[in-house]
Amino acid sequence: MAKETAKGNWWIWKVFWILLIVTAVEVILGIYKPVFMEETMLLGTKLLNHVFIILTLVKAAYIVMTFMHLGHEKKSLKWVIIAPMFILIPYLLFIILVEGLYTHIMM
Amino acid sequence: MEQAVENKNPWGGGDVKPLGASYGKLMMWFFLMTDALTFSGFLAAYGFSRFKYADEWPIAEEVFTHFPFMHGDHPLLFVALMTFILILSSVTMVLAVNYGHKMERKKVILWLSLTIVGGILFLSSQAWEWGHFIHGLDGVPATLISNPYGHPLFADYFFFITGFHGFHVFSGVVILTIILINVIKGTYEERGHYEMVEKVGLYWHFVDLVWVFVFTFFYLV
Repeated sequence: MAKETAKGNWWIWKVFWILLIVTAVEVILGIYKPVFMEETMLLGTKLLNHVFIILTLVKAAYIVMTFMHLGHEKKSLKWVIIAPMFILIPYLLFIILVEGLYTHIMM
Repeated sequence: MEQAVENKNPWGGGDVKPLGASYGKLMMWFFLMTDALTFSGFLAAYGFSRFKYADEWPIAEEVFTHFPFMHGDHPLLFVALMTFILILSSVTMVLAVNYGHKMERKKVILWLSLTIVGGILFLSSQAWEWGHFIHGLDGVPATLISNPYGHPLFADYFFFITGFHGFHVFSGVVILTIILINVIKGTYEERGHYEMVEKVGLYWHFVDLVWVFVFTFFYLV
């Protein structure tokens, strides 16, 4: 196709190392579970879980934006794909997790 | 290169393509978006049950502690290896797509083949993991009705979510193989572009993306 992706492969390996290091950090945190992260509570869950979720979102962003090239697509396409996710998934999680907690307390 | 046959190609209305993407690529994106919502639904349902049965829910690290040919407890190590395999196969996929843009057929064949090998390795690892999970603890096997680890739903979600993901990987391997045969036959060389490799690449990365979330919400959190 006419689109020039003539740049080399270095960016691919850069993203690979980022993904690898982030995963390694996750695994190390998962095995050793630092006490302060286990004991600090934030928004109803452990700080450690927040760290896991943030690191996961970082990995997801790298995969979607560079490996899947969404970062290089037109702005309109980017938003057509991302906006429904950003609206529907937090909504779904909010409703379902709140109900899960409720049923835990009530039943 | 992209001659729109008049009145036959729905994307052939002029020089401007909707959202700047070809028909096939856009549809792949739409499919992936809906598929992402499906997986979100599964993981959210998992979260619901986990919250509801918080007292009887097993801790993943205490369930998945084995590693082939190694004794003792090694929590997370095997899943970490599976994650590594999938990330690596994602990298080989991007390389195949990148060489496709440069019309280097031989290199596309090489990296596409390695991606398929990665996919098969991942599936084998998953088979091992399932085997171990089903085998259970102290002679009590894990089934859909009961399991020795904790609440029965835990095993149901495990089979369902990792199974659904595994089936995606399996489909990916099949599709990649078909595309590889086409590349070898020179279909895309003739067509003048390797966009098909790019499209199957999108699917393959998506499978990796889903695994990133399954890894976090099933094994880490």
